[in-house]
Amino acid sequence: MSQQRIWSLMAAVLVGAIALAACGGAPPAQAPTTAPATTAPASPTAAVAATAAPAPTAAPTPSAGRGAGDTLRILYWQAPTILNNHLAVGTKDVDASRLILEPLAAIDPEGNFVPMLAEEIPTVENGGVAQDFTSITWKLRKDVQWSDGSPFTAADVVFTYEYCADPKTACTSVAAFRGIKTVEALDEYTVKVTWEAPNSYPYQVFTSQRGAIIQKAQFEDCVGEAASTAADCQAANLAPIGTGPYKLVEFKPGDVVIYELNERYRDPDKPFFKRVELKGGGDAPSAARAVLQAGEVDWAWNLQVEAAVLQQLASQGGQGNLVTYNTANVERLLINFTNPDPALGDERGQLSQPHPFLTDLKVRQALALAIDRKAIAEQLYGPSGYPTCTFLWYPPFAESIADIFKDCDQDIDEANRLLDEAGWTRGADGIRVKNGVRLSLLFQTSVNTLRQKTQELIKANWAEIGVETELKSVDGSVFFGSDPGNPDNIGHFFADIQMYTTGAPEPDPTAHLCGWVSSAASQKENEWRGTNNMRWQNTEYDALCDQLRAELDPDKRVEIARQMDALIVSDVAMIPLVARPRVAGASKDLQGYNPSGWDSELWDVANWYK
Amino acid sequence: MGRYILRRLIFAVPTLLGISLVIFAILALAPGDPLAQFAADPSVPPEAREQIRESLGLNDPWYIRYFKWLTALFRGDWGYSFASRVPVLDLIAQRLPQTLQVVGVAYLVSILIAIPIGIISAVRPYSLFDNLATTFAFIGFSVPTFFTGLVLILIFSVRLNALPFIYDSTLRVTDWETFVRQVRQMIMPVTVLALFQTGSLTRFVRAAMMENLPADYARTARAKGLSEQVVVLRHVFRNSMIPVVTLLALGVPTIFTGAIVTEQIFRINGIGELLIKSIQNSDTPVVMAITFIFAVLVVFFNLIADVLYGVLDPRIRYD
Repeated sequence: MSQQRIWSLMAAVLVGAIALAACGGAPPAQAPTTAPATTAPASPTAAVAATAAPAPTAAPTPSAGRGAGDTLRILYWQAPTILNNHLAVGTKDVDASRLILEPLAAIDPEGNFVPMLAEEIPTVENGGVAQDFTSITWKLRKDVQWSDGSPFTAADVVFTYEYCADPKTACTSVAAFRGIKTVEALDEYTVKVTWEAPNSYPYQVFTSQRGAIIQKAQFEDCVGEAASTAADCQAANLAPIGTGPYKLVEFKPGDVVIYELNERYRDPDKPFFKRVELKGGGDAPSAARAVLQAGEVDWAWNLQVEAAVLQQLASQGGQGNLVTYNTANVERLLINFTNPDPALGDERGQLSQPHPFLTDLKVRQALALAIDRKAIAEQLYGPSGYPTCTFLWYPPFAESIADIFKDCDQDIDEANRLLDEAGWTRGADGIRVKNGVRLSLLFQTSVNTLRQKTQELIKANWAEIGVETELKSVDGSVFFGSDPGNPDNIGHFFADIQMYTTGAPEPDPTAHLCGWVSSAASQKENEWRGTNNMRWQNTEYDALCDQLRAELDPDKRVEIARQMDALIVSDVAMIPLVARPRVAGASKDLQGYNPSGWDSELWDVANWYK
Repeated sequence: MGRYILRRLIFAVPTLLGISLVIFAILALAPGDPLAQFAADPSVPPEAREQIRESLGLNDPWYIRYFKWLTALFRGDWGYSFASRVPVLDLIAQRLPQTLQVVGVAYLVSILIAIPIGIISAVRPYSLFDNLATTFAFIGFSVPTFFTGLVLILIFSVRLNALPFIYDSTLRVTDWETFVRQVRQMIMPVTVLALFQTGSLTRFVRAAMMENLPADYARTARAKGLSEQVVVLRHVFRNSMIPVVTLLALGVPTIFTGAIVTEQIFRINGIGELLIKSIQNSDTPVVMAITFIFAVLVVFFNLIADVLYGVLDPRIRYD
C-alpha cells in the first residue's frame, strides 16, 4: 500500500515539478494569484545595461582583503550536476564551475571584455586581431598558477581546444569552437587562433560562459569517449583543477558544492570569503523566500517568480534585495509560414505547403497590433520584463528601456481595419472568414504559469479582432527537446503560433540573427533541426545576413543588425512581446556584485564582499 | 522451505526482466531530451545537440539501447549519468545515506507511534481516545505532504525562525553540537513523513486488533483467568501482528527509494530527489538504475513477507 502511495504521489508531483524545472526562461508554477494591475516594472527609465537594484557598480574595494570574510552562501534552485564547464548540461553547471575554471576574458554587463587569464583584450588596434579577421592572438598572463601549483601556459589553452574539437568528447560548448582552423601556441604565453574564414566575432572562443580553460595535465587522457567513460576522467569532471578564486572542497552532484579560497589566486587581495557553499535544488519561489525573507542565503539565482509574489517577498521580507540585470532574451511569438495541418501527412510543415492565411501580411500585422504587450509585461512579469517592440533591446542597439516600447501599443481598431481591408469578414460566430478559410489558430508554448497566463491574455486580444485561438501547452523538456521523433517540439512547430524566449548569448548578434535565414528553415530533410522554425523565407533578410557576416566596421554592423531586426518586425515573422532581464536576490549586506547577462552570473565572484 | 525460496528466486528473474523492459520502453517512448535545457539557447545549436545525442548513443533504436543496457548490466556496469558523467551507482551511493536517515527514521517513528495508538483504539473502541486517534489518522493520510511541509516551513522557519528548511547534507555528526544540528534539520521532514504514514498504519493495527479481540482463543485465554493485559499483549497482539508485519515488510523498499515530494521541499539530496530530477532531464541510465533496484527490492521483500508469514503463523507451510 505505501508503495502505491509513493507512485501515485509521484505522478502528481511529476506534473508540478516538471513545470518547476522547465526550460531556460521558464518561470516555475506558482500559487494562482493574479498580479494586481498596479505593479509597475522596476524603474522603466533605467539605463538598459545598468542593474536596477542598488547594486554597487563602482570598483569594489573589500575592506579587509583576502580571506577576511567567512562563508558566502549561494542558492541555485537547479542543482549543479557536473563541474567540467565543457560538459555542462545547464546554466547551473556553467555557473558552479565558474568559481574554479576561468576563461581568457569575461564580458561585463555593458558588453565590454574584461581580461581574466589574458594580459589584455586583443583588438585590431593593438595587433591582436588580424586586419582581415582571420586570426586572433591572445597574450596570456604570466603570473597565473593552477590551484595545484603548476604554471598556467598556452599548452592548456591549446589543449582545451583539442579536447572539445573531438566530437566523441561530446562537449556541450562545441558551438564556441566552430570555424576554427588551428589553435597554436606561438610561445609559452601566446596563443593564436586561426579561423577557416574571416570571423567578425573573433572573441567567440575562450571567452565568457563557455570559454573555460581546463588543465591539460588533468584532462590529457580524457579526449574522446574516455571523457565520460574512464574512471579518472569521471572523477576529473566532478573535481576540476582551476585558476579561479576558489578551489573545490566537496561536490555532491545534484546537491551542493563547497569551495574554499584558492591561495594561489593571482590577485593577492581577493577573494574576500574563505569559503563558498553553493546549494542546489528546490524551486524558485522558495529560493526567493530563503534570500528575501528568511535570510538563509546571501545570493539566490534566477528568481523566476510571478510578479506579485516576488514583490511581496521583496517588500515584506526585509532580508534581501532584488538584483535585476539585462540579457538579450525576448519572449516572442513565432509565426508558422507553412501549413501544419495533420491531414497533409508527410508534407506537413514543409516549405512546399504555404500556410492558408498566415502568409497574408495583413493578417500577421493585425495579430501583432491586437496584442497588449504592456498588460502582459506589467501584470505578469513585473520587475522581470519590459514590453518591447524590438528584439535588440540592449546597447548599442537601444539606448534605454523607454526606447524599446514605441509604436507598438495595442490598436484593436487598426487591426480590425486591416482585416476588413484584406477581405476577411466576420461569420455568424464572429470569427472572420475568407474564401472558406476561418481565422482559427493553434497557439502552443511550454507548460509554465506565466506562459499560460500570457496565452490567455493574447487569446482574449485576438478574440476582439475576430480570430479564434486554441491554446496548447507542452511540457518544457518535450517542447524544447530535440528528438527527431518528437512532434511537439519547437523544431517541428506543428501549430500556427508558438511562444518562447531566446536571444543572442553574446553581445554580438550575428550568429543569432543569421539563425533566421531562409536556408535554416526547419524541415523534415534536416530532421526538424533548422534554427528558423517559422520557415520564414525572405531574400532581403538573407542578403542582410551575408552583409553582416562580411562587414567588419563596428558602426556599420550595428546599422545592419538594426535593419535585420526591423525587417523581422515589419514583415511580422516574429512578434517581440517582453524583454526579459534576469532577476537574482542578494542579502542586504552583500556587496561588490555586478552580474552580467553576457556571462555567468558569478563571473566576478572574486570581487564580492560583505 | 529452502525449495520454496529457490523456486521463488528463479521466478523472480523473468519478472524483473519484464519490469526492466517495460520501464525502458516507457522511457524511450517519452519524448524528452537530456539537453532540452539548451534548446532555446543559441550557444548550443541543434547540430551540436545532435552530435552530443549521437555520442551518448541516444540515436539508436530503443530495443538496441535496451539490449546494450542489459548486457552491460550482466557485466555489472550500470552505465553513467548523462548529467554528471559519473557511474550511476556512485550517484546512488552518495544519496542513499540521506534517504535512509530521513525516510528510515520517519518509518520507525511512525511504527512506534502507530502500534500503541492502534492497540489502545481497538481495546477501547469509540472512546474519546479512539475518536481523537481516528480523526488524527484521517487528517494524517488525507493531507498531502507538500502541504504539511510548506505549513511547517512557514511556521517554524519563516515565522518562528526556529528550524532550518534547507537541508545541509555536508554536515558530519562528530560531537554533541553537530548531532543537535542534524536532529534540528531532520525534525520537519521526519514529522511530515511520519504524520503521513502513521495515519494509515494506525487504522491497520486497529482493524487487525478488532478482528482478533472477540476471537475464540481470546475468550479462552480470559476464561483461563489471564489478566486483560496479558490477553491483549501476549495473545491478541501477536496474532494481529501477522498482517501488520507483512505490510511493514512490503513498505521497506520505499525507504530506499526515498520520498520524492518531501525531499524536494526540504532540499534533501536523497534518492527520490535524484529520481525526479533524472526523469525531468531524461537521464535514462539513472532512472533505469533506481527503478530497477526498486523492482528488485519489491520482489525480494515480497518473498521476505511471505516467508515471515510462515514463521509467524504455524498453520501456513510452504512445500
